[in-house]
Amino acid sequence: MSGAEKIAVRVTEVSPLNELVTRFKFEPVAGGLLPTFSGGAHTVVEMRDGDITRMNPYSLMSDPFDQTAYTISVRRDDEGRGGSLFMHKNISVGDEITISNPVNLFSLDLRAKKHLMIAGGIGITPFLAQIKQLDRAHGNWELHYSCRSEALGSYVDYLTNTHPNDVEVYYDDQKQAIDLENLLDGQPLGTHIYVCGPKGMIDWVRGKATELGWPREAIHYEEFLAPQPGKPFEVKLAVSNKVIQVGERESLLEAIERAGVDAPYLCRGGACGMCETSVIDYSGNFIHRDHWLEEDEHASGKKIMPCVSRFEGKTLVLDR
Amino acid sequence: MSKFEFPPSIRSRPVYGTLEARPGKTHLMIADAEGAEAILAVATPDLMAATHIIYIPKGTDYADKLRALKPAQFYEGPTYAASVTRIQRVLQDAQMGLQVYLAGTEGLMGQAQNEAMKAGIPHTAIQTEHRGSIARRMQCVHCKGITEDVETDPFVCSHCGLNLFVRDHYSRRLAAYQGVCIDAEDPGNVPPQKGIYE
Ligand code: FES
Repeated sequence: MSGAEKIAVRVTEVSPLNELVTRFKFEPVAGGLLPTFSGGAHTVVEMRDGDITRMNPYSLMSDPFDQTAYTISVRRDDEGRGGSLFMHKNISVGDEITISNPVNLFSLDLRAKKHLMIAGGIGITPFLAQIKQLDRAHGNWELHYSCRSEALGSYVDYLTNTHPNDVEVYYDDQKQAIDLENLLDGQPLGTHIYVCGPKGMIDWVRGKATELGWPREAIHYEEFLAPQPGKPFEVKLAVSNKVIQVGERESLLEAIERAGVDAPYLCRGGACGMCETSVIDYSGNFIHRDHWLEEDEHASGKKIMPCVSRFEGKTLVLDR
Repeated sequence: MSKFEFPPSIRSRPVYGTLEARPGKTHLMIADAEGAEAILAVATPDLMAATHIIYIPKGTDYADKLRALKPAQFYEGPTYAASVTRIQRVLQDAQMGLQVYLAGTEGLMGQAQNEAMKAGIPHTAIQTEHRGSIARRMQCVHCKGITEDVETDPFVCSHCGLNLFVRDHYSRRLAAYQGVCIDAEDPGNVPPQKGIYE
């Protein structure tokens, strides 16, 4: 079986935070302790929705050293394929579900002299765990958190109450914006920057920091990419000799798994590179959505990341 | 010609590149001897206007040429040891957006890289260009003493006097290659000295 090891957990708390975001708490069904993790890690949650199994990654936001439970926060996406809606509507206290062992693709670089965190919206979640980790080690950090409005500012009160001097909050609807250029200018040598939020924000921060001469190694980012729905398409899996249909609301990876073919994955969000698959033949257009492959690889028509990318056209033959 | 084509080696041995001007708020260039040529090759008036050069001539006469580039700051130090507190000071006061360029001998680049790493710059973000002497900074694995500017293999440890074989194993932390006793099994059976890359 592909992916990180699985854990059976029971949902022990479902707390709506605001109109869009709900927090879930998981405790191991078998009792005992969960694995520790490091701030920035995510878990892949399996959702059984009729005959469809969706597996979505969510950042762990609880204290990394608390092994009794994990918590995640899920933002409802009404336009998406239904994973977050399923969590909001169908998961309740007492349910038993399967999650994966934590995987971290957004870890702190502990050699940094200072950690400068920039969050947009639900992108706040990995930072909640990182802050708990840094506070134990007396790390030097500062958070700039941009939200749509006060009503949608998840965890703003908690953060500003516990860390009044280290957290700065910006509300879009009050026309407040991070003054990035000034923020980056004057940071002490050895500062690392971490950004999690929508793609536009990540590109903006990475671009500005690079322009100002920040080394690539000091710029960390995580984009919570969810597979997007799209037109159904047909794929031939050459190795397993199967022809499969990818539905409108499932990802290519999920369709492969539904056909009983074991395909490698880790993040299911286009970031880790694990699911990279070779294309044997195609006629049509790729809709590449990952940020793993290089631009020339996207253009080459030789590779696809089935966790987030799709295809439109006549034929697609994969080496799987 | 101050450039040397290093033969291929194990992964532990550092590889050096060619300096290029990178976007940055300020620039720190540290060089010794012929390393000056690498700075002269990359210098432009714009770059120099935001550059601090720390230079150790080691008996060469490039210092006036570097001064003529009109860097924002220029410091000439008699030895690396005499310049290191200045390097530490500059790094301590520096902010993100600083670019570090190192040029010259391996000993100079390794030690200055170490200071920059301690100040929080990832080592892969520090530019280096080898110029001039191919002598190595060696650490004796037996007595831990450092011998500078080693040109021959084997050589005699300047601290404990053992005959040491020059290895390609390099320590970034020590900024030195490893020297291991070559005649431990059969004392006195020491192969003739040759150049390190011969
Ligand atoms: S599973 Fe990580 S990139 Fe597809």
